[in-house]
Amino acid sequence: MRIALFCAAVFAVAPLAVSAQDAGRNLAASCAMCHGTTGHSVGGNEPLAGMPKDELERKFREFRSGARPATAMHQISKGYTDRQIEQIAAFFAAQKK
Amino acid sequence: MSTTFDRRDFLKLGGAAAALAAAGCATTGGTKARVVVIGGGFGGATAAKYIRMWGPAIEVIMVERQTDFVSCPISNLVFGGSKTMADITYGYSGLARYGVQVVHDEATAVDASAKSVRLARGGELKYDRLVVSPGIDFLYEQIAGYEAAMDANRVLHAWKAGPQTVALQRQLAEMRDGGVYVLSVPLAPYRCPPGPYERASQVASYFKKHKPRAKLLFVDANPDVTSKGGLFKLAWADLYPGMIEFRGNSKVIGVDAQTRTVKLEVEDVKGDVLNLVPPHRAGDIAVKAGLITANDRWCGVDWRTTESTAVKGVHVLGDATLSAPGMPKSGSMANQQAKVCAAAVVAMINGREPDADPKIVNMCYSYVSDSEVIHVASVHELDDSRKTFVAVKGAGGVSSARSTLEGRYAWAWAQNIWADMLG
Repeated sequence: MRIALFCAAVFAVAPLAVSAQDAGRNLAASCAMCHGTTGHSVGGNEPLAGMPKDELERKFREFRSGARPATAMHQISKGYTDRQIEQIAAFFAAQKK
Repeated sequence: MSTTFDRRDFLKLGGAAAALAAAGCATTGGTKARVVVIGGGFGGATAAKYIRMWGPAIEVIMVERQTDFVSCPISNLVFGGSKTMADITYGYSGLARYGVQVVHDEATAVDASAKSVRLARGGELKYDRLVVSPGIDFLYEQIAGYEAAMDANRVLHAWKAGPQTVALQRQLAEMRDGGVYVLSVPLAPYRCPPGPYERASQVASYFKKHKPRAKLLFVDANPDVTSKGGLFKLAWADLYPGMIEFRGNSKVIGVDAQTRTVKLEVEDVKGDVLNLVPPHRAGDIAVKAGLITANDRWCGVDWRTTESTAVKGVHVLGDATLSAPGMPKSGSMANQQAKVCAAAVVAMINGREPDADPKIVNMCYSYVSDSEVIHVASVHELDDSRKTFVAVKGAGGVSSARSTLEGRYAWAWAQNIWADMLG
């Protein structure tokens, strides 16, 4: 019965849109090349895994406004909307340190 | 059910593979879905790892002909002397932790209708979706005499890190003080836009310490320095005065191994070390698989999913792709494209819609000396067609000035991106 439902869900109706959770996961994956996979930095850059959501959001917004000194994050942060920053922050806050 | 269905439910059901097959659900004869990845560079290894992370019910087999990964980024520092080959060489064993099966073999053919990849040592791998991340191969024929000169060990590109990096470093060490090192770059697009200028900086850094009378003659087919031009030229003037002669609009058309002469369109130049980078195209397997769509060189993709515009069910990543506007051929970009690919592949296999709003970042650091670094950064999003990336307006930029602080960040980038791709 569950299998039949699964087939119906996957093939008989339009594919499901990406969830907010997956959207955050996908956006946050970009950070990994400097800050480590899932924010677990292997050195040199600040780990993001487990950072409280409001702290990461605040830092990101301060980079964007120029209030926080940066070499590159002031340029990168300007590419993101408030909603996207929130999704990224939620993803990292949910990762174990 | 359709609105609450998540991956955990899929996993529970996915365990009952035979039952799924009996219900007519499975796509590969009752086994779990399989993704084959050709190439274990910045694109392929990252895609393999992330498909397993995000789709743990999917089997991933990565085919890579080399036993070790040798990084192009940071490899210029081997010439400057601040890093060694050991610093840029890593094994693939970390991918096992993510359940990626690594097969050290060469993919020699792709049959897209049978969904199978042929391997050099014999045998075939069936796939549900294929990821091809083959890097580049060279158009040697565009420089007359190149292959003969390369066979005679009189010319090197060292534009793939590995044996040529070692050979070029040896030539540099053996070069006489007062000698001339000729470095040439093809017209864009080529792998790593700032790479040639970083190489010139590193070679000059070596000269400054060990061969102060030597010169670097830079013949660039492009009109001017392609990336971070102001910052590179300032670094050359400050750090290596009189050592680097830059000539734009200077396309190399031939090389004579005997006389060590480089033929340009308008003149000939001679050198003691000839480091000529030929034009390139997507790696050979992309040609054999019918993935080339542009100028006989590059693979067109739908950037929302990285699926080939030529062959269904096949995704292409990295330097082999026809780059979207403003998108460099870089290790960073391949890493980021790999995640767009991984998310799309997992979604498509699980019957979900691929993410309509992927956003990715390019971050290219260049060492202008042992310790001082400059960067160029950009952020990319899909345009209204949802098929290609464009740079986000107002975001991105270059360093305000070279700095040792960015030197530390550049090394942090290298360590983290290597760990991100190799486990």
